[in-house]
Amino acid sequence: MNDSSAQSDGHDPGHGKMSIGRFVSTYVFSTDHKIIGLQFLFSTLLWFLVGGLLALGIRLQLAWPWEEMPIIGRMLFPTDGGQISPEFYTTLFTMHATVMIFFVIIPILAGAFGNFLIPLMIGADDMAFPTLNMLSYWFMWPAFILIGSSFFQAPYGAGAGWTSYPPLSSMVTAAPGSESAQTLWLMGVTLVGVSSMMGSVNYLTTIIQMRAPGLTMFRLPLTIWAMFITALLQAFALPVLTAGGFMQILDRELATGFFVPEGLVVNNSTAASGGGQPLLWQHLFWFYSHPAVYIMILPAMGMVSDIISCFSRKPIYGYKPMVYSISGIAGLGFIVWGHHMFISGMNPGLGMVFMTSTMLIALPSAVKVFNWMGTVWGGRVQFTTPMLFSLAFVSMFIIGGLSGIFMAATPVDIFIHDTYFIVAHFHYVLFAGTAMAVFGAIYFWFPKMFGRMMNEKWGKLHFFLTFIFLNGTFYLMHILGAAGFPRRLADPYHYKTFAHLQPMNQFITVCAIGMVVSQIIFAVNLFYSIFRGPKIGRNPWRANGLEWSAPSPPGHGNFDFQPIVYRGPYEYGSPEVDEDYYPQIKPPPEQTPAESSED
Amino acid sequence: MGRFWSLLFLLVPVLGVLVFVVAAAPDSRPLLDHWLPDNINDHGYIIDELFNFILYLTGVIFIITGVLLFYFLWRYDGERNPDPVKFTHGSQTLEIIWSVLPAITLLFIAIYQMDAWAAHKMRRPLLEDGNVKPALALVSARQFEWRISYAGEDQLVGTPDDVHVVNDLCVPVNEDIVLQVQSQDVLHSFFLPNLRIKQDLVPGMKQFSWFRPNRVGIYDLVCAELCGWGHYKMRGRLIVKSREDFDTWLSERAAEQRVTHPALDGGGGE
Repeated sequence: MNDSSAQSDGHDPGHGKMSIGRFVSTYVFSTDHKIIGLQFLFSTLLWFLVGGLLALGIRLQLAWPWEEMPIIGRMLFPTDGGQISPEFYTTLFTMHATVMIFFVIIPILAGAFGNFLIPLMIGADDMAFPTLNMLSYWFMWPAFILIGSSFFQAPYGAGAGWTSYPPLSSMVTAAPGSESAQTLWLMGVTLVGVSSMMGSVNYLTTIIQMRAPGLTMFRLPLTIWAMFITALLQAFALPVLTAGGFMQILDRELATGFFVPEGLVVNNSTAASGGGQPLLWQHLFWFYSHPAVYIMILPAMGMVSDIISCFSRKPIYGYKPMVYSISGIAGLGFIVWGHHMFISGMNPGLGMVFMTSTMLIALPSAVKVFNWMGTVWGGRVQFTTPMLFSLAFVSMFIIGGLSGIFMAATPVDIFIHDTYFIVAHFHYVLFAGTAMAVFGAIYFWFPKMFGRMMNEKWGKLHFFLTFIFLNGTFYLMHILGAAGFPRRLADPYHYKTFAHLQPMNQFITVCAIGMVVSQIIFAVNLFYSIFRGPKIGRNPWRANGLEWSAPSPPGHGNFDFQPIVYRGPYEYGSPEVDEDYYPQIKPPPEQTPAESSED
Repeated sequence: MGRFWSLLFLLVPVLGVLVFVVAAAPDSRPLLDHWLPDNINDHGYIIDELFNFILYLTGVIFIITGVLLFYFLWRYDGERNPDPVKFTHGSQTLEIIWSVLPAITLLFIAIYQMDAWAAHKMRRPLLEDGNVKPALALVSARQFEWRISYAGEDQLVGTPDDVHVVNDLCVPVNEDIVLQVQSQDVLHSFFLPNLRIKQDLVPGMKQFSWFRPNRVGIYDLVCAELCGWGHYKMRGRLIVKSREDFDTWLSERAAEQRVTHPALDGGGGE
């Protein structure tokens, strides 16, 4: 094979004399899983910035409603006196959620890390279907363009919330001004789903078919188990969203009336058709979007497990219970969607069933937390940047998990549904949880991606500021929620029940600004280190996983030898060897008695 | 640095609990009234009790796990820990204990909540003769206002003798109030924070909500489901009056309506 040439060239072949065609096929329309992973990574990080700025818009309005936005207000809203208009506010929170969920969290976990890590961690040279893999990335681009252009549809963009509940979303007259924007939004979200489906069949096939010799299912890293189960969730849940998305597009464009009740009059205009049911959309939407909640956290849990075991220098506690709990979350994840609909008008008897299944899904999450803590117990903890972010994931996930119990309890949910309590809950799970895990994973696998290290000192400062500001931002939202503060209101303070909550909202906004500004440290560290970070060898963290036996960065085809696996990835501190780690590819001592006696 | 990071993680349970204690304490500054708003619904206390029950339960777990995480980081800091790594892959006994205990607790919480849920959403108040109590008024939500129609002399809502009011929902105190709630256009949500009442309104569905207010006063009626650009300003008022004041108020409204909209009085209006 051409392993040696791949190793010397890296993924940067013929630097300097590269033709344009070669450049395009290597970096743009590449079928190499690592390049596709990095394409996903950089695209999603860019959208992360967009989503963060949209969040700041929401926070500015909630802290100082109807005031001129400083500096850029006149430029952005010349006709509204530099203010955020109520229409634009609906667009802000709709697009913040849409961007963060569909363009950041899902593609950064499955697209970026799934792509980069799966072949490397199972000892394969690439994905099973490299061209399909490339397509899954390039299907994101029409979605980027559609959603991006929906922003610029005068007078304002899509404003029906990321849940796009009909009839607000399906009746064009319900939200004057969002005619084409809402349709573009629906097409964009549907295309993201198609992209994810292409990715998921690829991941499933690759993990089942292409594992290195000796790598049994129960020797897989938990990252791979999580990616595997996530791909299953996507493969089974996404078709439902795709169907629902098309139905809603047809409702808007062809007046099919799937989600429109008979004789509906909105804004003085009668619906062209009826006979549908608005709740049907909610069932279809949440049948996908609840499993999607787990699509947004399981890979993070997997990566955190790998990082915590590595930096505790100790095997993961309860490997099999961890695998079973991932599977349990996925299985139960399909029968809890109704907990988003307790007060939607759905049969209240059904609410009791969904409450019970929802309570039970907290169980596997609890088991995972106990096992992460068991992993740290008795270890020798190294407080590296990836470890700090992973510990933050555990610490914050406890909060997010516990606050979920409030909403799972149907009577309590009557009061806190659609208040800031739920906003606090899902930001603790998705930002303080998943985003922390993603930061940890970037710091952890960066050396493998680029062959260089990120700066640890700046990494720790980034961690410290993010950790402080995120709690300042999201923790107090629990208190707002307990006070009944509703979400999605452009100006809640004209209600006397909520008028006194403005100072707390101003504090939250200041913390949110601090949090966004702190990410500059990360961005500078990331880009500086890609070009100037210190070069390192194959295994800077002294970790066990297969990916750490490949060159950094791995060349085309990944491995310059045939990896053979002798054990699971968590044998840190094993008494069988002198070092405190025991790579998966290292043959056991009894097979090479001469070598070990020489040492 | 291990000590510093361990202490940072200790701050999570310490400050976390402190914020809740300050917010929940009466007359606490600077977080005065940053807690569940006054409840004025006889059926609402149970929701506050269940909220507090879950708060205490999760609070205990939050403190234990947070402090343990801190202790493990402090004790097993690689720079200071003199002991070798405990080379273990887990314990089946522990796994069973920490699966079964939470499972029992969670199932208990679920079953414990069911009665309150049924009382709120499934057991509509009855008349003395055992029939379900008819609705006092029909609350119709539309972009962006609340249209309220009181049953006239025929005791039925949606009939020609209804009395129509916009945005002011007036009810008598210390009586079981049944309202028929509906949406005329998009989704809305009928949210009375002080009564712990929330019900999404779905066009095309016939829905009811009930409560028993126990204090006279004026309270907020909030739309809690996104209904368009004017969602934020879809404000109504819940006005709780004594029975006599309520009857006077209603007959005044009826008289007003006869003058301003004679067509609505027993005629062929909507």
